[in-house]
Amino acid sequence: MKLKDTVHYKLPKQIMTTLLVLVLVSACISLTDASLFELLGNLDQMVLFLKRFMQPDFSYVPQLINPVIKTIQMSIVGTVLGTAFAIPFAFLATKFATENNIFSQIIRFLLGIVRTVPNLLLAALFVAIIGIGEVTGILTIAVFTFGMVSQLIYESIETIDLGPIEATKSIGASRLQTAGWAIFPQVLPSIISYAIYAVEVNVRASTILGYVGAGGIGVLLSTALAQDRYDRVSVIIIIILAIVFLCDAISESLRKKVM
Amino acid sequence: MLRMIKDKWVMAVLAVIVIVSFISVDYSMLSSISWDLARGVFSGLLKPEWSYFYDGSGEDVFSLLILTLGIGFLGTFFASIIAVPVGILSAQNLWKNGGVISRVAKIILSVLRAFPELIYAIIFVKVVGPGPFAGVLAIATHQIGMLGKLFAEEMEAIDFGPVEAMESVGAGFLQTLFFARIPQVLAIFASLIVNHFEIAVRSASTLGLVGAGGIGAPLIFAIQARNWGRVSIILLGVIVTVFVIDTFAAMLRKRLK
Repeated sequence: MKLKDTVHYKLPKQIMTTLLVLVLVSACISLTDASLFELLGNLDQMVLFLKRFMQPDFSYVPQLINPVIKTIQMSIVGTVLGTAFAIPFAFLATKFATENNIFSQIIRFLLGIVRTVPNLLLAALFVAIIGIGEVTGILTIAVFTFGMVSQLIYESIETIDLGPIEATKSIGASRLQTAGWAIFPQVLPSIISYAIYAVEVNVRASTILGYVGAGGIGVLLSTALAQDRYDRVSVIIIIILAIVFLCDAISESLRKKVM
Repeated sequence: MLRMIKDKWVMAVLAVIVIVSFISVDYSMLSSISWDLARGVFSGLLKPEWSYFYDGSGEDVFSLLILTLGIGFLGTFFASIIAVPVGILSAQNLWKNGGVISRVAKIILSVLRAFPELIYAIIFVKVVGPGPFAGVLAIATHQIGMLGKLFAEEMEAIDFGPVEAMESVGAGFLQTLFFARIPQVLAIFASLIVNHFEIAVRSASTLGLVGAGGIGAPLIFAIQARNWGRVSIILLGVIVTVFVIDTFAAMLRKRLK
């Protein structure tokens, strides 16, 4: 194959795109002080770090059981609260329930804003307002779940069968009755499935939320790091990995059962 | 109404777990909330400190948001450079006999993916010192795992017709790889990379909490100092940036399809 057979009419555009990416990359490298030498020069640091990491202190495990249970509890309670609040807002975000497109779009925009706040920032904010503890974690998870699940629910409402809605309307049902008797039963299995998925996401997140003081196992992680107890850090990370893997597996099989 | 749910006992067990969780939470700290404080917070949040948005010092919201975007961009860029070959190698259908390489690559990817970015950030802050570069490395490491997995899945889902056609006329492994397999997935790869740039910007805005550069650090200082006007302008900046990036990325992805 000769070179001219592989080059095609898009070439100028592709060269421009490549140049643009390279310019952006070099700009970002100078902006972030990235240097490969710094990374390679500090590789001995990394090796030292990993060496200490490789000696996990398994005697610390019994002390972790309670925080692990608390972490999972926080995720479950936060998810249930967040989903409960998400359901009415998801209904308001579809025109089936409101019959008013502009109003629904406004609700969607507001839900979009809730979603853009990173959950670690939310946690930091709640810690400052309420203080350090489980309730802070639950609130953070609830707000985060609210944003995530409401979008999933309104998207699934839009794909429902319209027959029952017309049927209830034709016999004079109010909008609330239509929502409760024609739409809700159709989306309930999806809602439960999303809630289970959200628990999985939240267990992942809540292990980190503790880092800023929002309760759970992350609090121990941040303490162990501050004390340079890498034997404990590695045990905590192993436990976090185990929970995450376990939650993934449980949630996947549960969702198959529910749907 | 519950007829649609197949397993009733699953629902019963779930309900019990939820109820037990609700009961066993320690709610005592709720009573210690000071409503005056909360009111102060909200009134502060409603008065953003506009002067902090841009003051030319390089430590203002605008400059730090640009830095955050830079961290996200570079992190995704490095991740993509490594994830493309690793992801392609870890596609099962690339290897005729056994696929040991694929299995090893997949294990490496799932380990990389399993640690949250914040943990990588903590590690890299210790290795290269605090600063944006630690954030870049943290995002890159995590995203190699995520992108690699998605790339492998796309490679496994390709249409085999072109590969077989080329092989029947005597094409070798590298020829089918570059002229039949990769051309099929390039557009999807590009779309996934744009999507992960979006995710990277979100995480870059939080990595500053552990000293890995970006807008997170001044935010955490402002929260600790209870300077709510400043918290407000930073949050506003983050929200607008993420929103703009999301919209922009959605547009770009539509054109890539």
